[in-house]
Amino acid sequence: MTVRVILRNPRREVEVAGRRRVRDLLKDLDILPETVLVIRGDEMITADTVVGDEDVIELRPVISGGRA
Amino acid sequence: MKCTKCGSHAVLQLRRHNAAFCAPDFIDFFRRQVGEAVRRHRMFTREEPLLVAVSGGKDSLGLWDVLLQEGYATTGLYLDLGIFDYSKESRAKCEAFAARRGAPLLIVSVAEEVGAAIPEVQAATRRPTCSACGLSKRYLMNKAALEQGFGVVATGHNLDDEAATLFGSVLHWQTEPLARQSPALPSTHPKLVRRVKPLYRLSERETAAYAFLRKIDYIVEECPFAKGATSLMHKEILNRLEDVSPGAKHNFLFGFLEKGRPAFERAADVALNECARCGQVTTGTLCAFCKLADQVKRAR
Repeated sequence: MTVRVILRNPRREVEVAGRRRVRDLLKDLDILPETVLVIRGDEMITADTVVGDEDVIELRPVISGGRA
Repeated sequence: MKCTKCGSHAVLQLRRHNAAFCAPDFIDFFRRQVGEAVRRHRMFTREEPLLVAVSGGKDSLGLWDVLLQEGYATTGLYLDLGIFDYSKESRAKCEAFAARRGAPLLIVSVAEEVGAAIPEVQAATRRPTCSACGLSKRYLMNKAALEQGFGVVATGHNLDDEAATLFGSVLHWQTEPLARQSPALPSTHPKLVRRVKPLYRLSERETAAYAFLRKIDYIVEECPFAKGATSLMHKEILNRLEDVSPGAKHNFLFGFLEKGRPAFERAADVALNECARCGQVTTGTLCAFCKLADQVKRAR
C-alpha cells in the first residue's frame, strides 16, 4: 500500500508506504502545511483526510515571489 | 472535516480563522474579504475604471477574476519582462484568461521601455535581480496608468507578500518603507496614480485555493530569478511561525498597520520632484528608472 506524491518546482515524484493522514504525510516529507495545496484527483483535501490505497496526491506549492 | 458554515464536506481548513470551508463557502469567504479590503481602505468605486496588473500567477489572475465577478470596470496590464520561456508562458496565461472573459488586456514590453529585457538588465546592474525588476514594474505600471487615463492600479499582493515585506523592513529598520507600506497608497503627486492591494487580507494558500477552485489556469512555475530571493526566506520563517502559532502572520501585519505604521508615517517627510529626464515622480533629480536605463546602456 503506497501513496504516490507529486511535488512541483521542480516537478518530481516520491512514493510513501502505508496509510496515514495528510497532516502526517506532510510532516514526514518536512513540508509546512501553509506552503501547499493538497490535491487528490480534481479535489483539494484537508489535513485530517486519510490517504493510501494507491492514491496519487499533488502537493502544489503556493509560495511565490521575488523582491529582494 | 466539515464546513463551518453549512456542515457539508470541507475542502480547506483555515486554522487562523479557526474554520474550514466547502468550495462554495470558501469562494464566498474569499470575495467578502476582498470586498472588506476595498471598503475599509476606500480603494476604488464601481464607477471608476481600474487597471489590474497581472503576471499570469494565481494572485493577480485570482484578483482579476473576483473584480470581474463583482462587476468592476477592469482592464488587465501585463508587463512582458522578457524572462525566457517563463515570460512566454505567463503572457499566454494572461491572454487566454482575458480572451475567455472578454476582458481588455494591455501589454507593455520591458525590453522596449528599458532598452533591454530583465535578464540583460540584471547583468548591467549591481542591484539584486528582483529589485531592478520590481523598480521597473512599479515605474511602468504608473506610466501605463497615466498614459491610458487610469487613476488607480490594483496589484495581487497577498498577506504573505505584505508580511514578508514588513519583516524585511523591520529586520533593517528601514523607516521609509515602513512609513509607506499600506494596502492603499494614495496619489501624493499629480503624476502618481493610486496603488491598491485588495488581496492583503488573504494568505497565499487562500489565493492558490481560490484560483484552483475557480479553475483558473495560472502559471505554477516560479520565475527562474526568484530562487534564493530574500523574501522567500522571510516567507519560510513566517510560515514556520504560523505553523506553531496560527494567525501569527495576520497579527504581525494587521498590528503594524493599526499601531506601527502611523508612528513611522508621522516621522517621514519626503519632498517629491519630477525627474529631469522623463518627468515621472522621484525624490532626487534623476529617477531610479532612468538611472537603471543608463546602466543598461553603458553595459551594452
